[in-house]
Amino acid sequence: MRQTDRHFKFDWITIMLFFMLAGFGWLNILSASHTGEIIDYLSFTEFYGKQLIFIILSVVLIILILSIDAKFYERFSSVIYFASLLSLVGLFVFGKSINGATSWYDLGGMTLQPSEFAKAATALAVAKYVSDLQTDIRQFKHQIRIFIIIVIPAFLILLQKDAGSTLVYGAFFFVLYREGLPKIYLIIGSLLIGLAICALKFGVIITMFISAIIVFGYYFSKKKKSSFLQPIITLVIALIISFLVRFTYDTLLPFHQKDRITIWLSLEKDAAKLEQMKKKAAYNLLESEKAISAGGWKGKGFMEGTRTTGKFVPEQHTDYIFTTVGEEWGFIGSFAVVLVFVLLILRILHLAELQKSQFSRVYGYSVGAILFIHFLINIGMVMGLIPTIGIPLPLFSYGGSGLWGFTILVFIFVKLDSNRINEW
Amino acid sequence: MRQFLLFLSVILVGIIFTVRLFYLQVYNSDADSILNDNAIRKVYDYPKRGFVYDRNGKLLVANQPSYDVMVIPREVEPLDTLEFCRLLKIDKERFDKQLKKAKHYSWRLPSPFVSHLSKEDYAILQEKMRKFTGFHIQKRSLRQYETTIGANVLGDIGEVNNKDIKNDPYYKMGDLMGKQGVEKSYDSILRGRKGIKFIQKDRFNRNIGPYKEGKLDTIPEQGKDIKITIDSELQAYGEWLMQNKRGGIIAIEPSTGEILAMIAAPTYNPNDLVGRKRSKNYTKLYNDSIAKPLFNRSLQGVYSPGSPFKLMNALIALQENVVTTNEKIACKNGYNYGNRHMGCHCGSGLRDMSLGIQKSCNAYFATVYRRILDKPKNAREGIQLWSNHAKSFGLGNFLNNDLAVGQKGRIPDKAYYKRAYPERFYSTYTISNAIGQGEVLTTPIQLANMIAAIANRGFYYTPHIVKAIEGETLPENFTKPKYTTIDKKHFEPVIDGMLQVYKKGTANSLQIEGLDICGKTGTVENFMKIDSVKTQLTDHSIFVAFAPKDNPKIALAVFVENGYFGSRFAGKIASLMIEKYVNKTITRKDLEKWLLTHSLENEYAKPYSGEPFQINRGSQYQVIPMEDVIDLPKETNIKL
Repeated sequence: MRQTDRHFKFDWITIMLFFMLAGFGWLNILSASHTGEIIDYLSFTEFYGKQLIFIILSVVLIILILSIDAKFYERFSSVIYFASLLSLVGLFVFGKSINGATSWYDLGGMTLQPSEFAKAATALAVAKYVSDLQTDIRQFKHQIRIFIIIVIPAFLILLQKDAGSTLVYGAFFFVLYREGLPKIYLIIGSLLIGLAICALKFGVIITMFISAIIVFGYYFSKKKKSSFLQPIITLVIALIISFLVRFTYDTLLPFHQKDRITIWLSLEKDAAKLEQMKKKAAYNLLESEKAISAGGWKGKGFMEGTRTTGKFVPEQHTDYIFTTVGEEWGFIGSFAVVLVFVLLILRILHLAELQKSQFSRVYGYSVGAILFIHFLINIGMVMGLIPTIGIPLPLFSYGGSGLWGFTILVFIFVKLDSNRINEW
Repeated sequence: MRQFLLFLSVILVGIIFTVRLFYLQVYNSDADSILNDNAIRKVYDYPKRGFVYDRNGKLLVANQPSYDVMVIPREVEPLDTLEFCRLLKIDKERFDKQLKKAKHYSWRLPSPFVSHLSKEDYAILQEKMRKFTGFHIQKRSLRQYETTIGANVLGDIGEVNNKDIKNDPYYKMGDLMGKQGVEKSYDSILRGRKGIKFIQKDRFNRNIGPYKEGKLDTIPEQGKDIKITIDSELQAYGEWLMQNKRGGIIAIEPSTGEILAMIAAPTYNPNDLVGRKRSKNYTKLYNDSIAKPLFNRSLQGVYSPGSPFKLMNALIALQENVVTTNEKIACKNGYNYGNRHMGCHCGSGLRDMSLGIQKSCNAYFATVYRRILDKPKNAREGIQLWSNHAKSFGLGNFLNNDLAVGQKGRIPDKAYYKRAYPERFYSTYTISNAIGQGEVLTTPIQLANMIAAIANRGFYYTPHIVKAIEGETLPENFTKPKYTTIDKKHFEPVIDGMLQVYKKGTANSLQIEGLDICGKTGTVENFMKIDSVKTQLTDHSIFVAFAPKDNPKIALAVFVENGYFGSRFAGKIASLMIEKYVNKTITRKDLEKWLLTHSLENEYAKPYSGEPFQINRGSQYQVIPMEDVIDLPKETNIKL
């Protein structure tokens, strides 16, 4: 009996949402990458053909993942984690460079991007460590250890010049916060981001002025006054950080990244110069916004997007795939994609909250958070809401490693979830 | 509470994205119509522009192929520059300049390198073209004038400007449209409708293929041919006679309102405004602010009508019954009113209407004009009555015709004089109108139309230039007679007076045997400001006429600037024009020769000489030898 209704315990909603995205994503890759007539949907030389093969192979992968015993993932999480780290380190020796990032293994015509798999591995490791009975996340000692678990892969990826994928590891903050990380981190984190943006946008002096008002306002409103040194030290730290941010922006950042931030925050005062900059440095963004805009309410229709057909948006089948949705499916289609993403993430988070085992919960939470960061950065970037950061849209962007990485990430959780009523 | 942070973040981001999408795609959308979509290249297919024929079916304007050498900079390979420059007849400097210009425009798109090659150059170049990779020849269509006459009638085509595009979105940058003459007024018929091909392009601006397999493409609609009312032989003859003179001639067929000839002098060869030399020549013509060759004097020249306007006053007087044809009015070397005097050259004596017209007696018409104005209870009502009659002949307003340019002229009315004389107004105030010298202003075409109405005994057809349009009927405006307010019976005495002008009067030297011509001379004082001093110049010479007296075939107005008295230049020209059109042959070769060898250029130079000068009686003829006379323009069939 246990055998027969086993697979009915899988969360079919998650699986359905997952395939909706992958399927619709493939249609858009087809539109964005085809040139001329489509002869073979499984063509090895066309992006759409390869992606369809990747999707079919991912089904095999899913069956494999779901047939492995759930306990395996917890028991072998450390092994998986270290294997993953090893694959990242190996890149320094055997890696292949594409677009300036050394993130690929060349497997005889096929390329594999280990950073796509490292996310799931890290999620497993974090889940394992946090769920350990001896771990108390409120203790600084343990916080440091978790921090190290997260930072090692992130740092390795950063060394390979893949800044976008590094940022994804910020997702674990949500996980740790959920598991009891003190609030102070959230506060400090938010303050730092606010301070950095403020320093860039308004300059150090105005930033310090605003900080002083906030800090002293807080100090004097408190009934129990501590030493007067406290606000002074806080301000000094804020001043140092502001300077550091400015210094980084002015001198340390490579030009292309600096320009992205300049455009994002409209830091260039001269409107004409900014426009010029947008045309040059943010060509992608300009074209991507134009393509989305051109869609209107209903879009131009599948395979009818003139900007898509004309390949006006570079990298449209990978990071900019959402522009195809925008142009060809319009507001209605784009909204639907946003909605399905939100539903998938919320579903996973909801399921995570239902887990009895802390391991499963932390892992599920990590899956939701990682998906969320990808969703946030990719679509936000394509629509010009955040600076340009190269990161794929899960299940939509072309790429086998990416698709399989997310397949593994999500379906390990589907497996864990199906096992939640069983005793461990 | 902790578990809500991520939940809420996800929902919040979802909402922000939706709002942003709404802003980009709905609120601020440039959801492009295909015409504005810059991912789609629009390639226009230009139809053949319609031909223009004269009233006898003679081809006046056709098309000619023109060849432009185009360059795509990035495809250019090292070449024998010397040979290439020699073939194109340009120097190395120009070669470098053009290539730089093309590169500046685009590396990938063709831009013109040398425009409008001659056919001969093209023939030679074509065979060697394969040696010059990156260059190719693009065929275009230009106008081909089969004649050297009628520049002011036919007009020309030129590239549209921003204003044209704004007025009519049909035009796109680089399109050609009629700029003057018939090309302008019948542009939409002659041009046809261009076809459009939609081509998908990529971000490098290269063509990928037809958009939607060409489903939205349209094919061009050929331009229609038109036949104009001009008699090209008469037109050529008139232009020939008008050489070395300034002024205008309008000849109308009274029974249809068709314009037989429309001459503006000085003129130019219409071929000067075709192709490569257009902009250079146009600037030259445009900048000639003294002779004003682009100014169509027969349509735009606003002059005092002078004595021909007396015919109008005679008609109004008869209609208003203030004079009979037999009543004799005394001329005492002029007309005295109040303490003022208006001179007259008719030689004094008793004048009835016929004699008044024949001798162009100022006193007779001053008397008659005052009677008209004084007929109603006051002169203000009188002037309105007079004005209404005059306006019924199409004077004082645009004729609502199919010509590209025009002027209203002026027939003053009650309101006009209310502004000029708000307090008191008597008939004597405007006595100059009696002889066409006061506030009355007309253009030659209006005057010709007035004569046509007299020739028709009371009605006219709106003068027009189009005779037939391929596959279309003419608008009613040109085919329906417009009646004047003068009864038919009043015309005969006036026409009789005009006949006497030829038989015995001011034009008796210009008779044509066997043809009854009715005419009227005019001599118009005119002034010019020289160094801000109002200076009188030699009078304008005017003549109006129609012939034959019964079943008239032609009515015309001739205007020669500073030609002195009416029969001296204008009368002679009118007489020859009539002979040419009605009899088809010229018997009075001496008269013709006199006109051709007598130039007014010395007269026109006077105001700019900076020296004091004599006018009218004191001016001398400038005689030019017959060798310097330009030959009668013939059909040219020049192939450029």
